[in-house]
Amino acid sequence: MATDKINLTIDDTQVAGKVGMTVLEVARENGIYIPTLCYHRQLTPYGGCRMCIVEIEKMRGLPPSCTTPATEGMVVKTNTPQLQDFRRGVLEFILTEHPHVCLICDRRQRCKPFDICLRSASVTERCVLCPENGHCELQEVSDYVGIKEIKLPYTYKREEVYRNDPFFDRDYNLCILCGRCVRMCQEVRGAAAIAFIQRGSRTVVGTAFGHPLQESGCQFCGACVDACPVGALAERARKWAGEPDREVVTTCPYCGVGCQLKVELKGDRIIEVLPHEENETNRGQVCVKGRFGIQEFVYHQDRLKTPLIRRDGQFVEASWDEALDLIASRLGNYSKDEVAVIASAKCTNEDNYVAQKFGRAVLGTNNIDHCARL
Amino acid sequence: MTNSIHDIGESACILAIGTNTNEAHPVISLEVLRSLRQKGGKLIVVNPREIGLVRHATLWVRPRPGTDVPLLLGMAKVIVDDGLLDKTFISERCENFEEFETTLKDIDLPTVSEITGVPVDRMIEAARMYATSKPAAILYTMGITQHSHGTDNVMAIANLAMLTGNIGKPGSGVNPLRGQNNVQGACDMGGLPDVFSGYQQVGNEAARQKMEAAWGIQLNPVRGLTLTEIFDAAHRKDIKAIYLIGENPVLTDPDSNHVQQALEHLDFLVVQDIFLTETAKLADVVLPSTSSVERDGTFTNTERRVQRVRKAIEPIGDSRPDWLITCQIAQRMGGKGFDFSHPSEIMDEIARVTPSYGGISFARLEKIGLQWPCPTPEHPGTAILHTQVFTRGKGKFTPVLYRPPAEVPDKEYPLVLTTGRRLFQYHSGTMSRKVKGLNLIVKEGTVEINPVDAAALGIVHGDNVRVTSRRGEVTAKASVTEVSQRGVVFMDIHFAESAANVLTNAALDPVAKIPEFKVCAVKVEKNH
Ligand code: SF4
Ligand code: SF4
Ligand code: SF4
Repeated sequence: MATDKINLTIDDTQVAGKVGMTVLEVARENGIYIPTLCYHRQLTPYGGCRMCIVEIEKMRGLPPSCTTPATEGMVVKTNTPQLQDFRRGVLEFILTEHPHVCLICDRRQRCKPFDICLRSASVTERCVLCPENGHCELQEVSDYVGIKEIKLPYTYKREEVYRNDPFFDRDYNLCILCGRCVRMCQEVRGAAAIAFIQRGSRTVVGTAFGHPLQESGCQFCGACVDACPVGALAERARKWAGEPDREVVTTCPYCGVGCQLKVELKGDRIIEVLPHEENETNRGQVCVKGRFGIQEFVYHQDRLKTPLIRRDGQFVEASWDEALDLIASRLGNYSKDEVAVIASAKCTNEDNYVAQKFGRAVLGTNNIDHCARL
Repeated sequence: MTNSIHDIGESACILAIGTNTNEAHPVISLEVLRSLRQKGGKLIVVNPREIGLVRHATLWVRPRPGTDVPLLLGMAKVIVDDGLLDKTFISERCENFEEFETTLKDIDLPTVSEITGVPVDRMIEAARMYATSKPAAILYTMGITQHSHGTDNVMAIANLAMLTGNIGKPGSGVNPLRGQNNVQGACDMGGLPDVFSGYQQVGNEAARQKMEAAWGIQLNPVRGLTLTEIFDAAHRKDIKAIYLIGENPVLTDPDSNHVQQALEHLDFLVVQDIFLTETAKLADVVLPSTSSVERDGTFTNTERRVQRVRKAIEPIGDSRPDWLITCQIAQRMGGKGFDFSHPSEIMDEIARVTPSYGGISFARLEKIGLQWPCPTPEHPGTAILHTQVFTRGKGKFTPVLYRPPAEVPDKEYPLVLTTGRRLFQYHSGTMSRKVKGLNLIVKEGTVEINPVDAAALGIVHGDNVRVTSRRGEVTAKASVTEVSQRGVVFMDIHFAESAANVLTNAALDPVAKIPEFKVCAVKVEKNH
């Protein structure tokens, strides 16, 4: 029987993959880390950052694992001194334009945002003050490659920081030009709101003519924010909210697609809502409403917090018992043809089931509908 | 949907008719893009408005609003005349084809072109593209159903899919995209006047006896009133009390002045919601319910997938989940079988009495959602419907005839108004208008009008205009744009200040009882 299974050796370990997978995919699936910066699961491999290079027996040079197809019997090495040296070179170059004092500081793990920096690094250069600190992929890659010092000096790019668009900030001083945001916006979202732009001798990411995102066809889906490996793109509302301590997966309440969302919580407070990846519905994508539209209405000051009963034309607050007793006694006064139940396309199945059961079994009526047709 | 969301990306051709997918179902439009990018698929957009998807379309067909039936019939004729039909599929899986074919004989493409405004060769191109690129999927939404002839539209679509054998296979299908988050589930659960959960008819003896046994009470065999009929009856004071959960019909229903009056005529109105909506303001008792992140439960999405809603935070204030409130009222009225302690127990009862949900339980939904029909605890769920047979056995071709919209433009009301959603707002705005960032992007309703019409009326972009129909008037800012066809204006449904549904027509489709939101006649004037 034909099989599409293939066997490889990665770092002296026997691993299996499937025909059509790249070397990087096989490694990841088998829990072998290969550093990457421009690679993203949802995007076509790009081979731009040169971090994922590997050595493959009977193959010349250092091929990028993200674009090299895995084949039967391949023997791959992912972390030889030669590879690490090469990666270090590329990384140092990236770090000449990305703040890095903290990356080579042995105190990084212990340093808190309000601690005074013993090395007097300026605010804009400190990882602890970056919203991505702790989940920055550049930190992860630097730690893996082992950067101890950087010979070339750091130059601040003096790029504008965009803080006026809805929902998220863009600080391109932190950008490492991996292109994930641009490719996500173009390839997956079809919006093409942002692109690489040539400014003099330098390439930057931005909108056409530097227009605000709103005028550039941005859908504010946040996919670029989630794809950015560093702190260049960051959701404004959660920037200083700290780290979540639990996560609840739920279904978006905004439309019939039913995207699965990860609600990130700190204590009993929602600090961020992210797309959930391992599902059949939305596979790591959402739209603006699910991504940025939940917390504010949930915590809105106008939420109804207690039952209200109309007395002499005015609403007055009431206890649950009062309100429920009143409803039960009033509804009991009508015949089955005089009452109706309007269920809801916004509520859960369980809510709707109970509502129609109530209408049919208690009120005795089939006058039950909801706004399905609308 | 007959097929699944992810399945759309596998299509070789997508016919998106009457759906502004990238605004109303943003994540589904990503699958459309995936088909184009990864599969080299083709995209045919049929829409009077130049919606965002048009930018990605292989072919854009721009009919006049309300003329989908003649267009679809024209396309069917091309497919039959060119011999592009799937004869095997038709003979093995369908019936009544001959009768349908006969009705096509009378169709004459130049006439169709005159009615629809679509050039004959464009119609031919669309038909050939759909019929020859397989598998082909059809997507549609309210643009198709919200007409007084919505049922005809749906039949015409089904005919087209059966003609080409595009049913029951991956990447094909007839896929209505459901708008609200749980509109599918609300229907499945029997939130309808004529059926119990799982579409079991209240008038069917066996179904009713089963429910009577399950609930231990005698049930009413007579179908009830639909939403629009309920409001009419309330207007006449035949309906005296309404228990309303989580809806805002004052804003979302057609002819809202009429709805408002109907609710005012009531003797007793209970409204359960998370905010004091326009509808709740008319209530005698308002009950605070929890939002979806404060409760457990399930929603069923547009691809029939039952997915978990999980409680992430404690209820805000003294709010309670809707199921609990209803149970507490029911118990106070002596109702039996309302002593659920958790939504999972409600789902267990749903599974017991609903064949299509028979195998669904919270335990199974823990990891991943299940698509109904899922009749037994071992059943994996159903990703694609009608793979072997149709629900009714054979797929029936239904001849349809063109009926013009119930209200057509005339001297006094010379423009056609159509309505719809926007990406950055949701439904009546109860939730989305509370989000600052969303309001920053789209902060008010506008009237989209073509530059030629605007010039004739002396209207420039940003002018305050008054839109009047036979039922009422609203004011809003004009947005002068090519997106709107000549003779057609567009408004969204999200804003109370410029509530488009004051204008719309409550004329109902005779079968599905869906009001005609998408087409009514209006006049537009500059507001001085
Ligand atoms: S938010 Fe979405 S649309 Fe806007 S730039 Fe980012 S990826 Fe593109
Ligand atoms: S903004 Fe982020 S994702 Fe975009 S190119 Fe820069 S580093 Fe990469
Ligand atoms: S995230 Fe957007 S597309 Fe997904 S369910 Fe919510 S509203 Fe719909």
